[in-house]
This record gives sequence, structure tokens and C-alpha cells, in this order.
Amino acid sequence: MTSTTTTTTSSPPTARARQVRRRRRPARSPWLHVAMVPISLLWISPIVFVGFVSIRSFDDIATRGIGALPASISFEGFVTAFEGGGLWRALGNSIVVTAGGVFLSLALSAVAAYALSRFQIPLRKTILLTMLAGNLLPPQILLVPVSAITDSLGIYDTLFALTIVQVGFGIGFYTFVLYGFMRNLPDEVFEAARIDGAGAGKIFWAIVLPLSRPSMAALGALSTTWIFNDLIWAMTVLRTEDKFPITAQLLNMMGGFGSSWNVIAAGALVAAIPTAVVFFIFQKQFVSGLLVGTDK
Amino acid sequence: MAVEAPSRTEEPRTASPPAPQRAPGFGARILSRLRRVPLLIWLFLLVPVVFEVFWVFWPALNSFSLSVTRWDGITPAEPVGIQNFVDLWADPIFRTALENNVIWIIGFGGLSVVIGLALAVALNRPGPMVGLYRSAIFLPMVVSLAVTGLFWRVMYAPDGPINASLGLVGLESWQRQWLADPDLALYAVLIAAVWRQVGYIMVLYLAGLKSCDESLEEAAAVDGANAWTRFWRIVMPQLKGVHTVVFAVTVIDSLRTFDIVWAMTRGGPYNETQLLSTYMFQQAFTTGNLGYASAISVVIFALAIGFIITYLVRQSRNED
Repeated sequence: MTSTTTTTTSSPPTARARQVRRRRRPARSPWLHVAMVPISLLWISPIVFVGFVSIRSFDDIATRGIGALPASISFEGFVTAFEGGGLWRALGNSIVVTAGGVFLSLALSAVAAYALSRFQIPLRKTILLTMLAGNLLPPQILLVPVSAITDSLGIYDTLFALTIVQVGFGIGFYTFVLYGFMRNLPDEVFEAARIDGAGAGKIFWAIVLPLSRPSMAALGALSTTWIFNDLIWAMTVLRTEDKFPITAQLLNMMGGFGSSWNVIAAGALVAAIPTAVVFFIFQKQFVSGLLVGTDK
Repeated sequence: MAVEAPSRTEEPRTASPPAPQRAPGFGARILSRLRRVPLLIWLFLLVPVVFEVFWVFWPALNSFSLSVTRWDGITPAEPVGIQNFVDLWADPIFRTALENNVIWIIGFGGLSVVIGLALAVALNRPGPMVGLYRSAIFLPMVVSLAVTGLFWRVMYAPDGPINASLGLVGLESWQRQWLADPDLALYAVLIAAVWRQVGYIMVLYLAGLKSCDESLEEAAAVDGANAWTRFWRIVMPQLKGVHTVVFAVTVIDSLRTFDIVWAMTRGGPYNETQLLSTYMFQQAFTTGNLGYASAISVVIFALAIGFIITYLVRQSRNED
């Protein structure tokens, strides 16, 4: 997955070095595979089992139990989940909120990080850490007032409210990460642009944004999964089933299709696929995003 | 608005003059500093800050004031002083939730750190298949907590894969109604949460191991220290920074945990899997005791704040 280059292989072939090398290479030992093959299989087994359940028919599960392996393939679960469970609509809602939320979060935090990192704003470190602190607060302390505020603004039970709330809560973290990145952009570039007469806005648009693409991509991948996977904010500001994103809709479906395990499994898989796709496409950025703030 | 670049390069100059010279022009310098920041940049800063203040800090403050009231969301809130907190202390469900949260922090944190660290050490060195193993461990991370809950509901179903596998190897006596058993349900949910968390912890430790000084370990190996000693004496001390972050993140996450419990048990059976967050949510949005729920959220905040500060202090040190 990530680029891990800890081993420096071309070492001198002295007896001692070779001995050390042999001892320090667990990856070459068969025992690693003996242990890791079953562990890896065990680790993905829940996903595989849910996959099995999702392609079995209701009758098959009813007669042979959930634990049995599929005897034939049936897409009954997926069809029911999409048609009766309203998965299309929920998936659409999730995508709208995620797209809007990721875009707005990144836009707002990019400008904030630019201001804080490249200008002599007084108390900028305090502002930065306070913003980060906002993201670390337990969401529970915000739920009741946020629900009341959206209500008094007349946006309770709208996708707009959900998007805005996601942005507000995430902004502190994204600003913090982008600040760290923008601060380290080479000063010469800014010097050159200033000599060319570019203003602060122009410099942001033409220089800072393009240069920040790698960290924006990392944050984009990370925030996509966060917003898409959210449940608690959706349950706080939404009431009508029509507006539920996929996570909330799935739990809702549990009520209606509680005994149809194939439908539940199919729905759960469908909800997991978009973030899995994002992960596999942006694996490197995703992992580097997770590591933000942990480097020594 | 042409003056932009004197950002980092100039800062040491403004900060460095010796103390005696500093007194006369200090206020003026601040002013000139303020003036040097273009208006557009103030706008760039203020819009996001106001946004966050309005949607995060303002609601958080409101929770504190709501926590000393009785409020149903319809009639005006009625101040009751610390009555909510007194009631909480006497509330057996709150006590269960608090205890469960402690079990959760220790169990969820401990298991995911031990397994995540062990896997990171095992998979630290590149080799054939190592990338595949890492991906397998990491994969659950992309599944949302709510969906993780649903996945494991399938696993724990009475005739589901776990009980079926136990039956297959002749351990019928171990078969349980995992999520309906008041003694086991919390741990069953906890295992599901650990399954998802391990990948994250592993990634954090893999990065930490990457930045460890290899020559130290090599030297110890030459001196005859075995792998176990090398790990505890050489590697672990170097991971101190990662430990702090992992510890803070784990506790903060544990106090937030909501989705997976809600998806699997909703706090049942008989409130035995209730965590502070789920109980708070239930009080707020199912029962409608908004003041009481706010009091629970204040307790969650009080428990989390120490770890939030730990994390922030560490981050601010990174900024220097």
C-alpha cells in the first residue's frame, strides 16, 4: 500500500552484516505467511460472508440458515433493497451531501489556511488550534443546540442543513492540515509572484491552489468517506425518510426488512461500495491524510 | 494589496529585537502589521472562522446553559440548577453507560492498540504479499461504522456464520444469542468496533516504525539482544510520540462512539450496551429530555477535554 522503504538492501556482504540481515528480516520468513494468511482471511471474512448472504434468496436463507454458503445466485436482495428500500434515493442524497460538503469544506478551509499561513495575522497559532479544537469536541455536545438552530433558521430537515453542519464541524481539521502544508510552500515562488505584481487573491488562485493539490486530494478522499459514512448528524437534522442519506436509510430499512437478511446485506454492501472505490483509487492520499498530525 | 510576501521570512525580524527597544513602538508595530494584511485576506479568514463559531462553538456553549435547565423543546426552558447532574448520579442507566464507556475505552482501545501494533511490527518490512495483508487489515476502515454494525449483525445472527462455524468445529456449547445476551452484547459490539479500528492503528504505527532509527536496532542485534528485547527496549521508546497520539485519539473516539452501537443494539438489551453517547441521544431525540441530554453531553465533554488538550499540545509542538 504505502511506500514503505525501511530496508536498505544493498548492504556490504560481510559475514556479520549478513547475519544481522537474516535475523532482521521477518518478512522473508515463512512464518509470517503462515500467520498472516489466516489472519487476513479472517479479517475479510465478515465482508465475504455479507457478500454471500446478499446473493442468496430469501427462501434459501429461511430454509438453510444464514450461516450456510450460497447454493445458487439470486439478486433478489439487491432488487428489493433498491425498489422497496429506497436505496437509489438514499444514495442520491448521500452523494449530494458528500459532494457539496467536501467542496465547501475544502474551499473554506483553503482560504482560511492561506490567510493564516502566509500572512502576519495576530494570534494565528491560537486561532488555528482553536479551530482544530472545534473538530475534536465530542459531537454530542453540539447535537441539541444544532438541531434547535437549524429549526429556528427554518432549514431543519433539509439536505442543505446536513451539508452545512458537516462543513462547520470538519472545517477546523481541514484548515489545520492545509495550514501545515501551505506554510511549507517555498517562499521564492511568492516572492517572484509579488514582483510580477500579483495580488493576494491572484496568488492564492494561481499559485497556492495548484501547489496544494496533493494535500487537497488527501483531504478530499478523507472527507468524502467521513461525510458519506456519517450517521449521527443525519439523525440530528433530518426527520423525513425521503431525505435520509444511505446510512440512516439502511438502519431505517432494518425496521421494514428486519428478517430479510439478504436485503440488509445487499443494502450494507451497496453503502460500503462508494467509499471502498474512493479508497482504492486514492489509497495513497487516503493513508497520508490519516497520518496527518502524527508524524514526529 | 500588493504587499503579501513578507510572511514567514519577515517574522523572525519582527520578533527578534531585544527587549528594551521593543517597548516604544510595540503598539504601532502591531497596527502596521494589521494594516499590512490585505482586506481580502481578512475576509478569507473571517468567513470560515465565523462559520465554525456559529456551527460549533456557539452550539457547544448553548449545551452548557441547557444542561442546567429542564427543556422539552416546545415550552421555554426552565432553569433547574444542578438538578440534572444530581439526577444523573442517581440514574442507574447513566451509571451503566458510564461503566460501559470505561469498559469500551479499555477494551476497544487496548485490543485495537495491541493487535494494530503487533500487525504493524509484523508487516513493517516490505516483502511478497505484505501489501496484500496490509490492505486486508485496512479494508474495514472504509466501511462506515453504521454499516460495520449491520455487517456484524449478520455475523452474530442466531443461525449466522459465527454460530455456524462454532457448530462446525464441534463447539455447539459456545453458541450464543450474541446480541441478545445482556452479559455478552457489549463485548460483541466491541469486537466489531475493534475489527474496524485495527487498520487505522496499524497505519499510525507503520508510519511511526518507518521513522525509527534502524541503526540502533542493528547495533542492539549485534550486541546479541533478541527480537523481544529489541522491541521493548529500542523500538517502543522511539514510538512514544505515536503512543500519545494513539492514546488521545482512542479515548476521544471512544467517547464519541455512537453509530456502531446504534446500528447493532440501540443500547439494548435492557440498556446493557448503552454508552454515554447513545444514552444522550436517546434522552434528547427519543424521550425529548433536552436539558437532561445536554447534561450528559457536558459529562462527555468533561471526560474528553483532557485528552483533547493533550492532542492539541502535541500538535502545537509540531507547529514550532
